[in-house]
Amino acid sequence: MSLAFTIARRELRGGLRGFRIFLACLALGVAAIAAVGTLRSAIQSGLQDQGAILLGGDAQMEFTYRFADDAERAYMATIATGISEVVDFRSMVVIPDDAALTQIKAVDANYPLTGIVTLEPAIPLAQALASTDLPGAVMDPVLIDRLSLTIGDTFTLGTQTFRLTAALLREPDSAAAGFTLGPRTIVRTDALQGSGLIAPGSLYETQYRLLLNPGADLETIEAAAKAAFRDKGMRWSDSRRAAPGIERFVTNIGSFLVLVGLAGLAVGGVGVSSAVRAYLEGKIPTIATLKTLGAEGGLIFRVYLTQIAILAVLGTLIGLILGAGVPLLLAPIIEAQLPFPANITIAAKPLAEAAFYGLTTALLFTLWPLARTESVRAAALYRGGDGPSPRPKPIYLAALAALTILLIGGATILSGIPTLALSAAGGVLAALLILALAARALRKLARKTARTTLTQGRVPLRLALASIGGPRSEATSVILSLGLGLSVLAAVGQIDSNLRRSIATDLPDRAPAFFFIDIQPDQIDPFLARVQENPEVTKIESAPMLRGVVTQINGRTATELTDHWVVRGDRGLTYAATPPEGTKITAGTWWAADYTGDPQISFAAEEAVEIGLKLGDKLTVNILGRDITATITSFREVDFSSAGMGFVIAMNPSALQGAPHTNIATVYAPPSAEAALLKDVTKTWPNITAIRIREAVDRVTEALSAVATATAWAAAATLLTGFVVLIGAAAAGTRARIYEAAILKTLGATRARILASFALRSALMGAAAGMVAIMAGSLAGWATMIWVMDASYRFEPASAVAIIAGGILATLIAGLAFAWAPLATRPAQTLRAQD
Amino acid sequence: MPDAILSLTDARLTLPGNAGPVDILRGITLRVDKGETVGLVGPSGSGKSSLLMLMGGLERATGGTVMALGHDLTAMNEDALARFRRGNMGVVFQSFHLIPTMTALENVAIPLELAGVRDAFPRAKAELAAVGLGPRIDHYPSQLSGGEQQRVALARAAVPRPAILLADEPTGNLDGANGQAIMDLLFGLRDRHGATLVLVTHSPELAARCSRVVRLADGLIAPDAVKAAAE
Repeated sequence: MSLAFTIARRELRGGLRGFRIFLACLALGVAAIAAVGTLRSAIQSGLQDQGAILLGGDAQMEFTYRFADDAERAYMATIATGISEVVDFRSMVVIPDDAALTQIKAVDANYPLTGIVTLEPAIPLAQALASTDLPGAVMDPVLIDRLSLTIGDTFTLGTQTFRLTAALLREPDSAAAGFTLGPRTIVRTDALQGSGLIAPGSLYETQYRLLLNPGADLETIEAAAKAAFRDKGMRWSDSRRAAPGIERFVTNIGSFLVLVGLAGLAVGGVGVSSAVRAYLEGKIPTIATLKTLGAEGGLIFRVYLTQIAILAVLGTLIGLILGAGVPLLLAPIIEAQLPFPANITIAAKPLAEAAFYGLTTALLFTLWPLARTESVRAAALYRGGDGPSPRPKPIYLAALAALTILLIGGATILSGIPTLALSAAGGVLAALLILALAARALRKLARKTARTTLTQGRVPLRLALASIGGPRSEATSVILSLGLGLSVLAAVGQIDSNLRRSIATDLPDRAPAFFFIDIQPDQIDPFLARVQENPEVTKIESAPMLRGVVTQINGRTATELTDHWVVRGDRGLTYAATPPEGTKITAGTWWAADYTGDPQISFAAEEAVEIGLKLGDKLTVNILGRDITATITSFREVDFSSAGMGFVIAMNPSALQGAPHTNIATVYAPPSAEAALLKDVTKTWPNITAIRIREAVDRVTEALSAVATATAWAAAATLLTGFVVLIGAAAAGTRARIYEAAILKTLGATRARILASFALRSALMGAAAGMVAIMAGSLAGWATMIWVMDASYRFEPASAVAIIAGGILATLIAGLAFAWAPLATRPAQTLRAQD
Repeated sequence: MPDAILSLTDARLTLPGNAGPVDILRGITLRVDKGETVGLVGPSGSGKSSLLMLMGGLERATGGTVMALGHDLTAMNEDALARFRRGNMGVVFQSFHLIPTMTALENVAIPLELAGVRDAFPRAKAELAAVGLGPRIDHYPSQLSGGEQQRVALARAAVPRPAILLADEPTGNLDGANGQAIMDLLFGLRDRHGATLVLVTHSPELAARCSRVVRLADGLIAPDAVKAAAE
């Protein structure tokens, strides 16, 4: 056994008393990351295990706007042992006095191929959808409530009347459907024959769920199917990635939360660092003695490095046990709460990731104080830590840099979202730097202010300022730990309230009241005429709308060139003879009104830059199985943020007019006019679907709230760590404060004055940490809103005030919790103990 | 008969110890008159410092009475004692006990500030100059030598012009030259301000400079000392 290890072991025999804060900080940070990672991997594994059920089959071929043609059906028959056809589209459920948006799933007799549909009353789906006097339908309870229906009531979809036979409690393939604006209604496809809803040009999707032979090679089948039908707009998915949307969401939000957890670990690092600093200060006589007896600096460093390493492993282990154990214990509750499957088990990868973060952080934050033990001479050590702190040797500085790179690099690779990881790391580093500078500035300011006339006669204030500004001040550690936690919370608060504002306040001011879709070509003129008659309608815009998939760019497969959202799925496109009102052409020219030559495209300018398109490029768009190749002849500005008409692709009329299509209209009207307008339109044209923007906004806000809540929880873990650091700092300062209180009592200070000074000191540090956090959080919020969300930013004072108040409260609680001893102690006892 | 500045009657101090209560002072009756300089001497553990602490109200007597300037210290609570010390008492310790987070000037000004004195800083500055520390007023205690720290402590004790100066082995932590300088300063201050001085010391030279010496042994005033006081 090496000498360093032997001495380290002897030193640690005294127990872990001085290391509670060290262990708590490290364990909390590691536990938060391990818990998030465990949950993320549980959901990923759940999604994978239940892929076939989530998808509704082993594989799925999906078409936009059309059913599979004979060739496609024939192909499916050759590869599948079972096929189910599902038609998915939006429509309106209409009852005599009301109407509501719904997402219809029209199914055949084979549905569901996998899993079961749960209904209330508990009857089989086939029975529920069977036609008696009227075809049956089942509906999401939310929609049943919204329309105040009871089982047995009738309603219409388009021109077809249905009878509600059961409430839809659970559909096995709901998770794969992703985000929908309307609650679900399930009917039989053949019952829609007379509804007028599935007409040429209607916006619907068909999904063919396929059961394959056990052991079928999904990869080969996928490649063959894609080669045969992709150019006709077929989209493939299979049970390997049944719910890519959810998977992407869970992975991203999980990684994001891990990054928030890393910020928590950084806060813990501050606590770990001060704990080690305090420990090593207490060890100064030992170190000095060892040096006097001939121990070299290197040996001293190794002795304490060994101790810290043992403790770091212990803290990380505690964190891992907590991080994996808590989700495991709460598994039944968590699994019941999640809208998608999760297999909560002990997963090695997220735990390894958390351990890596924990150990690297512990080493990163302790290396500096550890290195100082080597650099400081024994004689200087005896004088205490008040002199200028020596800078560690270059090798330690290099090691610090290497550890920082390792930690950030690790986070960048492990998170899978490198840009966000790098920005988050940059954010945390910048926040730490700002906080360190702020702490330094605060100490300087406190020192200066303590000597001004402002404090004369205000003894508690001067005492508070003197101890913040003076040597051995806790200010740096308090501001770093609390400030970082509060910064994360402030950033979340600013982003959350800005998003809500931009969605809830800005959007409806500029946004239309309704989107009307599925307006058939022969309905558009009477529709416009009727709506225009309504005196409350302030503006109507309409455009023909088709859906298509961008399959090729300049003859090469589009998805191989870019993964931009424009080429990822089917997009709405339109045609127009002249530029719609307010269009701003940024490059090229719009075609002549009577142009009938080769197809031309006017493309959204910003998206064109993102994809790398230039004038003259040729795009191939598949519309209803037919490829149209057109040349880009102009770019124009498109504003998607107002929820008005925004088409990335517009073509000249002759290119698209012949294709079956419908029209879309946006109608602007005050909220008071919405109900009557909805009723009028849905009664007159039952096939037209109305999307109420206000309701859509509510759905989006709900989804955002969930994300904000998850983030706030992760930030709370950061804050909890920060609070532990505060407690640690307050506890460490108790002896100094008892001493100070004893001297002050000797000089004539009452307990109230001493308490006031302690409280002021805590409050000042808390307020400073809060204010810096507001600055850092607002900066992060501003950057996120402007660059990531592409929206405007406005400082949100309510959340800021809460952060400052929280900062003051946290430091007050931590500080005053340890004030009793100094106030209660008799001066003589304390002062004599120091002699 | 001169006024009694301090008078203790059967003052007792018992403190809890690991092996049961320990009687530190077992009945001290002592009177100190205005302008006196009293040296408290005796072996270690005889109770000298504890007696000084009782006089300063820094320790509460567990029996008997302690009167200072006509006030019964045993009847006062912590805060009342603190208020009483302002302006009435200055205490100097062996270990200086300066507030480490404050500069020399701030340390000296603090008792004046606590007493609500308006020109605390100019007075503190003058007092520091008087003990020879004019150029070092902005230094923190850790930046000062032991002798310098004790000079700051002296200035701090003297600056409110207290009626009573209590010093607990003020030279105990200093070398001979520094100790001598501090004693000269202490007696000089006493002479200038006319305070009553009670000091605990092991040093025979220092005791010899006092107008009266009280010898303690085992928590009681030794008979010869009582005799000395009576003469």
